[in-house]
Amino acid sequence: MSSTATGQTRRGFSLAEYITCLNGIVWREALRFLHQRERFVSALVRPLVWLFIFAVGFRQVLGISIIPPYETYILYEVYIAPGLMAMIQLFNGMQSSLSMVYDREMGNMRTLLVSPLPRWYLLFCKLLAGTAVSLLQVYAFLVIAWFWDIAPPPTGYLTVLPALILSGLMLGALGMLISSGIKQLENFAGVMNFVIFPMFFASSALYPLWRVLEGSPLLYYVCLFNPFTHAVELIRFALYEKTNWVSLLVVGGCTAVFMIGAIYAYDPQRGLVRRGPAGGET
Amino acid sequence: MTATNAPSTSQPQPDPRPRQDAAAIPALSIAGISHSYGPRHALIDINFTVAPASFTALLGLNGAGKSTLFSLVTRLFGIQAGRIGIFGHDVGQAPGEALRLLGVVFQPRTLDLDLSVTQNLLYHAALHGIARREARLRSDEVLARIGLADRASSKVRDLSGGQMRRLEIARALLHRPRLLLLDEATVGLDVKARADILSHVRQLVTEQGIGVLWATHLFDEIMPGDDLVVLHQGRVLARGPVEDIIAEAGAHDINSAFMRLTGAAAESGRPAP
Repeated sequence: MSSTATGQTRRGFSLAEYITCLNGIVWREALRFLHQRERFVSALVRPLVWLFIFAVGFRQVLGISIIPPYETYILYEVYIAPGLMAMIQLFNGMQSSLSMVYDREMGNMRTLLVSPLPRWYLLFCKLLAGTAVSLLQVYAFLVIAWFWDIAPPPTGYLTVLPALILSGLMLGALGMLISSGIKQLENFAGVMNFVIFPMFFASSALYPLWRVLEGSPLLYYVCLFNPFTHAVELIRFALYEKTNWVSLLVVGGCTAVFMIGAIYAYDPQRGLVRRGPAGGET
Repeated sequence: MTATNAPSTSQPQPDPRPRQDAAAIPALSIAGISHSYGPRHALIDINFTVAPASFTALLGLNGAGKSTLFSLVTRLFGIQAGRIGIFGHDVGQAPGEALRLLGVVFQPRTLDLDLSVTQNLLYHAALHGIARREARLRSDEVLARIGLADRASSKVRDLSGGQMRRLEIARALLHRPRLLLLDEATVGLDVKARADILSHVRQLVTEQGIGVLWATHLFDEIMPGDDLVVLHQGRVLARGPVEDIIAEAGAHDINSAFMRLTGAAAESGRPAP
């Protein structure tokens, strides 16, 4: 493509090359996802178990008053649907970062990192690819949920898309940032227990924050400062054709911070420089 | 390779801008490279060059620092001290331009086992910004050349070790680099597969004019006429044509020359890194 007989290369990359690279990374992630059918099934089963079992049980215990964006009383299943959509993205984001640790251990990550395109762009493409995969899972969940009478306004399926992309990027960037600091695959499970479960339970995914405040003011503030809460609320409002500006700002800001952190951590001068060669290499 | 044992200060310094005199530009220039993992020194003041259209063997035992050097050349690790140039492009300052000219085969397998042979090649092509149609053409071409055209749709995990290595070499050549790095590319392969791969790489040098840096710890992979860099405990002990190194060591073959060089290094009381 670029070298000449003198060994000189042209500088920089064309827009077409950037797009080709993005397409290639998204295509590879999609292929890997399709090859791992169990991953797709488990990504769907998890929220559906919450929806069909947990929500039915809690419906009688937990009353939901009329709170924005809802304009009438709603069933508990309807309330937790946006939380479960965000949960799919949370697990997907962490799974993507897990695969990055695996790829790094197995050596596949090197294929990506020795590309001549800027490393920040490669990581951004990787994030977009992970988000695209999470969108497939979320919409599959919404299709099943529709049969369970969880039916937002028809245009809600479209208005929620930007919110899903933003929250997917935020959670993927967080996973990438975490993965940059993990040396071995075995360490990842432990870290996940300290990230996924606290993030999910200390949020508005399963119960409205005013309920939390009644129970524990301390937990309420923990939930309030949890970026996952804002991802859930951003999705919840967008699904009903509304915008939660505070959540939009928080999710947007966190996405930027996590992404910059991940790019910084994967910079060879900083992140990878502290690591030794892979096992067996010298 | 530049066959001098001059001190590092006389080594050509890579320039971030490509030079005008193409004939004088080494395919790879390593100048004053040192690298540490915390208190452990993996590389100490490494200097050598690889000429275009030449085969240079980087000989060293396990732990010599070969893979660390490769990680620095490919920008997987940041450069702590010294400079690395690929056809005059500084890896630290102009990595895009430098990496465009570089193909690399790492010591561990870096193929995606769940994807097919062609899918692996197309993914690599995309990472170099090569459009899909062109990538398919090149992919068919390289697969035919390495005798894997009939396995194009096979999952990589179904290939033999030798086939995987050939595929990795083909992948490294897909973007038409002018310098090829191979890190212990024949480890774990049987005798025939090793010979095939080595012969294939030597053909690339003579037929396509590619500069090759071949890291190995196997003496029988080094041939008369090759350029050689002997790396031991993070230091270059000798560099130059194989015959010169054997003669200077007062040995009769590369095996005994290596033993004398590394033995002398130990006797000289050089502190172990």
